[in-house]
Amino acid sequence: MSDRIVTRGFVGRREQTDRGQRIPPGQYRTNDFPVLSAGPTPHTPLAEWTFRIEGLVGQPVSWSWEEFQALPSRDFIVDISCVTKWTKLDTRWHAVSVDTLLEHVDLDRRAAFVIAFCDGGYTTNLPIADVVNDQAFVAYGFDGAPLAPEHGGPARLVVPHLYFWKSAKWIRGLRLQERDEPGFWEGFGYHNRGDPWIEERYSGD
Amino acid sequence: MAPVTWQVATVADLRVETPRVKTVSLLVPGWQSHRPGQHVDIRLTAEDGYQAQRSYSIASAPGEQPLIALTVERVPDGEVSPFLHDDLMIDDRFEVRGPIGGYFVWDSAAADPLLLVAGGSGVVPLMAIVRHRAQTGSGVPCTLLYSSRTAEDIIYADELARMGARGDGLRVVHTLTRAQPPGWSGYSRRIDADMLGEVLATTGAMAQAFVCGPTPLVESVAQGLVGLGLAPGQVRTERFGPSGG
Repeated sequence: MSDRIVTRGFVGRREQTDRGQRIPPGQYRTNDFPVLSAGPTPHTPLAEWTFRIEGLVGQPVSWSWEEFQALPSRDFIVDISCVTKWTKLDTRWHAVSVDTLLEHVDLDRRAAFVIAFCDGGYTTNLPIADVVNDQAFVAYGFDGAPLAPEHGGPARLVVPHLYFWKSAKWIRGLRLQERDEPGFWEGFGYHNRGDPWIEERYSGD
Repeated sequence: MAPVTWQVATVADLRVETPRVKTVSLLVPGWQSHRPGQHVDIRLTAEDGYQAQRSYSIASAPGEQPLIALTVERVPDGEVSPFLHDDLMIDDRFEVRGPIGGYFVWDSAAADPLLLVAGGSGVVPLMAIVRHRAQTGSGVPCTLLYSSRTAEDIIYADELARMGARGDGLRVVHTLTRAQPPGWSGYSRRIDADMLGEVLATTGAMAQAFVCGPTPLVESVAQGLVGLGLAPGQVRTERFGPSGG
């Protein structure tokens, strides 16, 4: 739209400028931790929980909950942005880097995309380039406590440089694929990649 | 999919629903219709170019286009909702784009009975379903279980009373959690498993459930319905806007 539509009388609250560069366009800062999900929260017993890497890998790998806890892990402090417009700064997660997980498999050279799959049937798709080099992690702790079920516990993917629907809750594994394939929200008109800094909210943005 | 482009919306009507809730009816000439349950993004622009965006559920049925209605709760420390409540006037303009969301939607051709569970302003997208059901003459049984704090906090109270009295299969069940007027015949507590069980007994186990409200309500209702035997796929959830609105 070329002509700007000014809303009479609207001034806005304006975020403080020092934080301003950390709030992507069209977002506002919240101190809460809102919850969004499409259906009931799954409650998988830890004894039945596994995390799997499958697809275009030499040999699939699967960890039990105990084995997953034994993987090298650390705290990640990141800003997160949800497509529903909120941004939360300095969230602290305890997590295993996706790099660490991928060290356990031989990637087929055709592998170009990952599909995160989850309890409850949720999926999301990402290019491999968006989950390596410490850009993505599988978190099981938040703010010093176990990750709560409504926030994706026991474990969720976190990809902080993309809108938060890419940070799949209740994750159970990653599938490596040659071809891209829209995940749950990507199939309902949300953007295939979801970079908040260029407002890739919906298909066609 | 076609891009979701910004369109100019002109305020056509403002209606006070409750002390904290207002409905903003917008004229959007190019509106391509929506499905009940979907939402829109709105964008307000200040004189100097500063912009703020928010997402709001659509309250109106698809058949009312090019009018769409947004029902907005006033968040006291918010940036956008206090402006919409306190300053917005008829004929003011801002931008909208949508419709957005494709899972929390009801298809009027569906045969399954409907169980709608709302907390507070979570009733808004469910009202679009109730209205669409009435307009399309869908005969599927529909129960709306609606939790409010007090009687004066019930959004769409008169319209729901009228629609519930039409005898077309819509049943409206209220619960008031904080205070009840004299002679109150509805429930008087937070929604719990017993209440869901009683409601579900009349709806049937084949119900498609839509649940919208604050997170604790959505979590406990969704869990409760699964506990009563509904498959997770029969329970679709949505939250009303987080704080900051």
